[in-house]
Amino acid sequence: MNDNWRPNGDFRALLSRPNRRQLIRGTGAVAGAAALSGVMPAPSWAEGETLNLLSWPGHGDAAVVKPFEDKYHVKVVAKEYVGGEAMLALINQSPPGSYDVVLADAEYVGMLRDGGFIEQLNPADYPFGDFWPEFQKFEGHWLDGKLYSVITRFGYLGLAYRTDMLSDDDVKSYKILWDPKVKGKVGFFDWYLPSMGCLSLYSGNKPPFDITDAAFAKLKQTLFSLKPESAGFYPMAAVFSSLTNGTTAVIPGVGDWVALLLAKNGVPVSATVPAEGGLQWTESLSICSSSPKKDLAKAFIQYMASPEGQVRTGRLPAYWASIPSKAGWQKMNAEFPADAKTLRHTFSERNVMDEYKEGKIFIRKTPVKQSIETWNEAWTEFKSL
Amino acid sequence: MATPARCLSMTASGRSKSAASLAFNLSWVTPPLLWQLLFFLVPLGFLVAVTFWSVRSFRLTPDFVLANWSHILTAGFFRSAYVYTFALAALTAVLASVVAFPAAYTMAFKVGPGSRRFLIFLLVVPFFTSYPVRIYSWQVVFSPFGIVNKLLGLMSLGPLNLLNTPWVTIVGYLTLALPLVILLQTFALANVDRTLVEAAKNLGCSPLRAVITVLIPAARVGLIVAAAFAFVLAFGDYISPLLLGGSKPPTLSVLLADQVKSGNHWPRAAVIAVVMVLTLMTILLIMLGVAYGQGRRRTS
Repeated sequence: MNDNWRPNGDFRALLSRPNRRQLIRGTGAVAGAAALSGVMPAPSWAEGETLNLLSWPGHGDAAVVKPFEDKYHVKVVAKEYVGGEAMLALINQSPPGSYDVVLADAEYVGMLRDGGFIEQLNPADYPFGDFWPEFQKFEGHWLDGKLYSVITRFGYLGLAYRTDMLSDDDVKSYKILWDPKVKGKVGFFDWYLPSMGCLSLYSGNKPPFDITDAAFAKLKQTLFSLKPESAGFYPMAAVFSSLTNGTTAVIPGVGDWVALLLAKNGVPVSATVPAEGGLQWTESLSICSSSPKKDLAKAFIQYMASPEGQVRTGRLPAYWASIPSKAGWQKMNAEFPADAKTLRHTFSERNVMDEYKEGKIFIRKTPVKQSIETWNEAWTEFKSL
Repeated sequence: MATPARCLSMTASGRSKSAASLAFNLSWVTPPLLWQLLFFLVPLGFLVAVTFWSVRSFRLTPDFVLANWSHILTAGFFRSAYVYTFALAALTAVLASVVAFPAAYTMAFKVGPGSRRFLIFLLVVPFFTSYPVRIYSWQVVFSPFGIVNKLLGLMSLGPLNLLNTPWVTIVGYLTLALPLVILLQTFALANVDRTLVEAAKNLGCSPLRAVITVLIPAARVGLIVAAAFAFVLAFGDYISPLLLGGSKPPTLSVLLADQVKSGNHWPRAAVIAVVMVLTLMTILLIMLGVAYGQGRRRTS
């Protein structure tokens, strides 16, 4: 160290006192930097319009939106959330006009409508004729007979598991979660709704979210009994990494959206809907009421519902999903037959629509007889045990 | 000889110099004070105010209710998270201080100036990289198929369940805090008057005894400040308990984020934040009091 320091053990001796000249030079440097920042050219993507999208992670990926951006000379900018409540929080606290399009799960569309956040849509503007009949008038998107949201993706939730640790027979029931062979290796996606929904099905509640207070108390006990089995509670990205690195052997409340992408990359993971049943999630697009670019927002939803948009969103790099457009299935089988087979979107073999018709799938909803807060508190308590 | 007139002019000149010096000092001190006021005290005041607001239909509403405080302070999960977070942060501070000391001692006394500068550079470099990425890389090391378990496998041991445990969370905390603690300890030790250590050795002290009875007390302030930094960083960290600890159990930072994720409960999140700030301020005041208090007693 230099000779000017006072050797008294006090770290404040490190601070040298600047003189007036140094102060003026420093102030000038700061002022110069501030002035220069005003003359830097704007980034090129800011030259055209911007479509502001509020969505789950990954939906602004160029792999999906680039054809739309090129056609309309716009930039799609996604604000990402994880969890429906987080989406509601963001849209509630953002100034009007912050978002043009919102991607919401079906159970939150009603709340968006009631809060005045989304516009009524004209069904004639969208290619519902291309969709499978089951999705042409999907519950949750049509409220009081009026359309508020266009379904673009869906999937089933049950168990995702490592195939090198568990067999297909092992995962025929949610009972596997208490099996000694997975002790300490049961992971949880850190969102109460799908996790508790699947456990509610295991507890015999059909439908799983409309249950009495007594049934809810029993569900809590069932949930809490899983604590000794738990590996950890993971945000979305960590769900993928925990299955990849083997920290978890099985995760309830998730499904193909996790397993397909990992399996494609060689990780021994699969997903299944156990005998007790599974949940269906859907994602749909709505035009925000306060958007100043409603025509552009409509064009975006039209693109995402078109065969091109459907094929691209089904194979979203962040997480894959099933698509509701039969025309999209045809395009996918023609251009990406291997991916169509992986997604179970073929016409000649058992596919996701056959599974839908079997009646084991229940639409995921927000709690009916208890408040969201009550279910959430139970989840927080469970994590803290 | 000093005449009255000369005394008067000297006094006037002295007052003028004094005023100029005061103006210069104020111009130097005012910007950071303003910064602290605008970007620390005012937001802190706003944070306290938000603890009394309410949330209706996911919308934050100005209000004055005590429900958020009673809800959080009486919740079992909050008390568990508080004790767990405090314990882990205290353990991190102790471990960081102990682990850093040999490195800091070597850098302060045993290497030349050139090597010291290079080692300081190596300690600063991690701060240029992304902390979440560094924590994710620990998953590669500690996962069931990771490097540690592979090495154990070669010795016919394991595999061990290392991830999602408090100990791996502490590894994450040390990743964040250890470089800073080593640097602060190095500067503290290097500022100690070496003649004190030499005198102790001349009087028959063994090297170890000289370190314990002379060096550490002399560098006390810097060593305690370094430990305080480690505590503060660990107490507030979100990434390590989430990605390495698996939120099992959640720390206060994870609990705080959960309040916002699960229904826009900013007021309850603000309660947790205020409790964290009060805890850190109390701990820092106590540690600084211990650090400087003994020094004042010795000099009085």
